[in-house]
Amino acid sequence: MVDKPYNRLSREQIELIDRTSLEILEDPGILCFHEESVSLLEKAGARVKPTREGEHQAWWVSIPSKVVKEALATVPSKITLGARNPENKVILDAEGTRIHFGSGSETNYWLEVEPETFTSKKDGHEREFPLIRRKRGNLDYLCRSAHLSEQLENLDFFIRNVNVQDEDISTDNKDVNVFFASLNNITKPVIGGIADFNQLEQVVKMAEIIVGGREELIKNPVVSFITSVIKSPLQVVGETAEKLVSIARMNLPVVISTSPQGGSTAPIDEMGMVAQVNAEALTGIVINQLANPGAPVIYGAVPVRARMDDLHDMYGVPEFCHYTMACAQMARYYKVPCYSTAGVGDARVPGMQSAVEKMYTYTAVPFAAPDLIHYAFGLLEKTMTFSPDQAVLDNHMIGMSKFLQRESGIKPEEKDRVVKMIGEVMDSPYRMYARYARKMLRKGGIFEGFPFEGDSDDQDQSLLMVNRHLKELEEREPQYLPEEICKKIFEQAPGLVSRLNPYGK
Amino acid sequence: MKEELTDKIVENVLQGRRNQEDEGIEEDYAGEPGVAELVQQALDEGVETNTILLDGLSKGMELVGQKYESGEYFIPDMLTAAEAVEAGMKVMEPYLGGEGESDGKGKIVMATVEKDLHDIGKNLVCIMLKGAGFNVVDLGIDVPAARIVEAVEEEGAGLVGLSALLNTTMTNMEDVVKELEQKGMRDKVKVIIGGAPTSEDFAQEIGADAYGKDAFAAIKVAEQLLQAGGK
Repeated sequence: MVDKPYNRLSREQIELIDRTSLEILEDPGILCFHEESVSLLEKAGARVKPTREGEHQAWWVSIPSKVVKEALATVPSKITLGARNPENKVILDAEGTRIHFGSGSETNYWLEVEPETFTSKKDGHEREFPLIRRKRGNLDYLCRSAHLSEQLENLDFFIRNVNVQDEDISTDNKDVNVFFASLNNITKPVIGGIADFNQLEQVVKMAEIIVGGREELIKNPVVSFITSVIKSPLQVVGETAEKLVSIARMNLPVVISTSPQGGSTAPIDEMGMVAQVNAEALTGIVINQLANPGAPVIYGAVPVRARMDDLHDMYGVPEFCHYTMACAQMARYYKVPCYSTAGVGDARVPGMQSAVEKMYTYTAVPFAAPDLIHYAFGLLEKTMTFSPDQAVLDNHMIGMSKFLQRESGIKPEEKDRVVKMIGEVMDSPYRMYARYARKMLRKGGIFEGFPFEGDSDDQDQSLLMVNRHLKELEEREPQYLPEEICKKIFEQAPGLVSRLNPYGK
Repeated sequence: MKEELTDKIVENVLQGRRNQEDEGIEEDYAGEPGVAELVQQALDEGVETNTILLDGLSKGMELVGQKYESGEYFIPDMLTAAEAVEAGMKVMEPYLGGEGESDGKGKIVMATVEKDLHDIGKNLVCIMLKGAGFNVVDLGIDVPAARIVEAVEEEGAGLVGLSALLNTTMTNMEDVVKELEQKGMRDKVKVIIGGAPTSEDFAQEIGADAYGKDAFAAIKVAEQLLQAGGK
């Protein structure tokens, strides 16, 4: 819970962005590659002009502000993300200030820390160092990351963070396997994208088996979806829009995720970027609401800045925070729950650079109080690499961020207690407040401090200590789905690989 | 009955409750007797002071120490428990050793050295020493070497504990060692030093007998010095 969200933008600035985005949506409008979306928009009052983009049929769609406003009026401001364990469900409230941190990004690589002992050529002393091995992502690592995410107390929702590249996994069976691997290893809300439209039904079926039917799933959506429906700038992708419309009609929560890069696919200046990314998010929301008014939809904006030397994404920079915080304010203004980002390291390996970059965005972004903060665990090298050790370290930094956002303890009802306490201490022989600190400590009122502090005078041992803690967490018993449920899922979801079944074939 | 009382003393030391007005870590202690009342009750019921000390107060502090070492307890827990033990010791005082104040495990003069006004660390050690059963004479802050040595002489203390927080004042610790030597008292008095800028090496450099890196270490070192021949 963020006590008082920081409003970087004034009301006038928010309204200015709103007007600018609406003007953009009207002219030049959007370039849409999905016929049904075009038809929905046209029926609602948009002006449509067919065109061709290379081999593809496309439409220029000019969306009047009235269409956007009508769609926004039907969006629910409160959405529940269900969970296998009901205690872990996440309630999003666009008008509230509760923040939730989660994982994300299908990284191609998994970093394994393997400590090794070396002897110094200079002084002959033996020292242990954390060597880092880079492995290609696979199903096994995905299961491990979901299991680890279950153990991290500051992780509130799970988005798969490893791209599975096993030989027996193809587009035809990827989604079912990925969703099963996630759902079977974590009891927190699972959110994810669908690679193949044809598997959407199967993934939903799997979720229905877990909760006991379609109606139950709508009440307790243990799976929610992410659709990157926008290709920046301002283009609606055909196949993704198809998924978006279908998910809306299933009444399941979906994130409209748009991720333009300031400097290449969006303006790099704050106003240009925010106006465009806001227009893009609104486009997805409008299509979703036209497909099914009142469907649960989440405003997702992941605006990044381009590196000037190679045009790669940059996350650990001030502009990223400016863009992201502004988007959170825009979502709040529209009363739509917001999906945001913090904690991506541009660094390639866990260390000083990653800590600096991550702590920076963990501190800044939550002040804007978005509902969901994804990409927050273990991501390195932009979003290319997942490090479970880094995720453990991130869990601690996110704990610091959550603590920082706590409600202030300065309240009128505390006055008498404070005066009495100070009086008692002034009257005591050593004038120490330890007794009162103890009370706070036991009530969870004192932050634990850095738990991975080494005792060496000549090397940083933090990563070694993190790795030891990671191993302890990984040894904890997994909370698999019950055997009966697994059996049913394996019977009804073709394409699942048998090694994922914890109860054997 | 006797055992029940000493167990209750142990429990209340762990809870850090000096008397019935103190809250414990857990919620349901309000109004229950604390260490002071329990020690008084034990004395009234004829429990020997040695039993109260060993099976109650010291046992409680030992458990607190174990919990600290295992990471379950922190400094505030230890200090609060030590305060509770001190409250119990106060009640016991008239019953110990017949006349006057008992020296418990031993008498130690504590001071922050001249020109240094910092006393958190020194106070922490004082509270812990008292909790561990030492008789502590605390001279406070900014105490000149001559006054420290004078107090050691007056009190007949076998130990002296010196504290400093500043690089610029820690050198004044050496003056105390020299003063003890000049007065011919050095072989009878053990000197322990501590404080953020000090170290084992610095202790050796100035001719002190020991260095305590934290409050717990200071207690251990004080006990070892006593066993090795301090007073």
